[in-house]
Amino acid sequence: MENLAWYILDAMLIIALIGLAWLTLTNHNLRQAIIFFIAFGLLLALVWFRLAAPDVALAEAAIGAGLSGALFLTSLSQQKQTNKKDDPLKTTSTKFFDSFQNQFLNLLFVILALVFSAAFVFALMEADPDRLSPTVLMNLEQTGVSNPVTGVLLDFRAYDTMLELAVLLSAALGIMALGPVKTHYYPSGDMLSSLSQWLVPILILFSGYILWAGAHSPGGAFQAGALLAAAGVVLNLTGDRQVKLPNYWLLRGLTIGGIAGFLIIGLLLMLSGRAFLDFPSQWSGTLILFIESFATLSISIILLIAFQSGEPQEWEHESKKLALKNTAGKTKIKGKTLC
Amino acid sequence: MMINILAAFFIFFGLVFFIIGSIGLLRLPDLYSRLHALTKIDNLGLGLLLIGLVLFSADLIIAIKLFLVWFLVLASSAISSHLIAQRARRKERGIWKI
Amino acid sequence: MMNIFLSTTAIVLSLCLSAGLIRIYLGPSTEDRMMAVQLMGTMGVALLLVLATQMNLPSGIDLALVLALLATVSVVGLTRRTTSMVQHDD
Repeated sequence: MENLAWYILDAMLIIALIGLAWLTLTNHNLRQAIIFFIAFGLLLALVWFRLAAPDVALAEAAIGAGLSGALFLTSLSQQKQTNKKDDPLKTTSTKFFDSFQNQFLNLLFVILALVFSAAFVFALMEADPDRLSPTVLMNLEQTGVSNPVTGVLLDFRAYDTMLELAVLLSAALGIMALGPVKTHYYPSGDMLSSLSQWLVPILILFSGYILWAGAHSPGGAFQAGALLAAAGVVLNLTGDRQVKLPNYWLLRGLTIGGIAGFLIIGLLLMLSGRAFLDFPSQWSGTLILFIESFATLSISIILLIAFQSGEPQEWEHESKKLALKNTAGKTKIKGKTLC
Repeated sequence: MMINILAAFFIFFGLVFFIIGSIGLLRLPDLYSRLHALTKIDNLGLGLLLIGLVLFSADLIIAIKLFLVWFLVLASSAISSHLIAQRARRKERGIWKI
Repeated sequence: MMNIFLSTTAIVLSLCLSAGLIRIYLGPSTEDRMMAVQLMGTMGVALLLVLATQMNLPSGIDLALVLALLATVSVVGLTRRTTSMVQHDD
């Protein structure tokens, strides 16, 4: 009887997911497609939790629902609009969208997706019954944390996390190459100001809580970084000119802080005789928290750079001032920050 | 056992309000009236549901967290509905007249 | 006994969620679809808390908080205008 109830719930969630995905892909209006995508992300977080994967659900809710929607919207608002006929909110042209080639390609991709899904399900059913999770749970006390996901991400597979942070950093460098920040928002009225007054502190506080709770319950650095970036996004959207990222040197330091934390800890461990990221058991919890704090800050700043989709004003202004100072000769310019 | 029955009572009434809110969302004629159905009725249903869950779990930390969730949803959906309605007025969406 | 009651509650909540999805599909204007984000937020919080109580995973309450906050952030992001944007009729 109870199994039947679970099956019905799963069936409804699957129908809702597929329906939302279909609506996202076949809508001509891009802004509406983004709204469907945000709703799809929220529903997907529910599905992850139903599959008893709360860490993935937290990451999906924070990054997939909130931040991806905001990133899509900024990239949508930066399209150049020449005249009303070539409206970028609509897709290229209705003729292509409904043409025979497009329908054929859609059908081909659906068949490919079904074939791959069937292959994965078959492979899982025929797989070796000895999986890795009992091994992880047996060795978990060596990592100093009691959440197995954090233990795997930051101790057993620390190389992967370090390289992910390097990928994020190179993505931020690529985004900054797009030029200075161009999008500015209207200053907010009473409604949004009163919302951001309590929403931003609660988001910051909650991000710190998720970072701390990553050691013993679902959470971790990525989720906390995404929440902090969401706080920054809300501040950015209020359109207040006084709100800026920290100054040049602090911004630089925080952006590379994630991967720098990993490298410094790894090199210190090598200097003391161990392998590159081989944490000693009694220090492991502390080292993981240390690395995670820096990773949180750098992830949030990189996501904010991605949201502003350009070089932040602080960077551009300071680098121009430094160039001016180097070529000015006798005139001294004091490096005052403009916050 | 008595607490469980009381909890089931509250959860049932929360569900009733959710169903009323969903029917209102489907059948009301105008965007602005659908906003009323969405925010007011759904938040009340959520509150009753959460009282039922608090009575069922009987743990202080969980009760505090659940009430925090309810207050946050209440405050944020109030302002979100204002923002959506302001955008609708900016685009001058029609108001349904009887 | 309570388990069956919570399962039924979860099923009814997912039915209400589908009703919201029908409104997303039908809604003639973009703001109707923006209400979908708020709807997913509130209904998702309710469904999540019922599931968390039933599966006995207290981390679901943290997830419900995050979902509520981020649905608000998404609605704020959707309704703000930029100074350089041309007004479109959606």
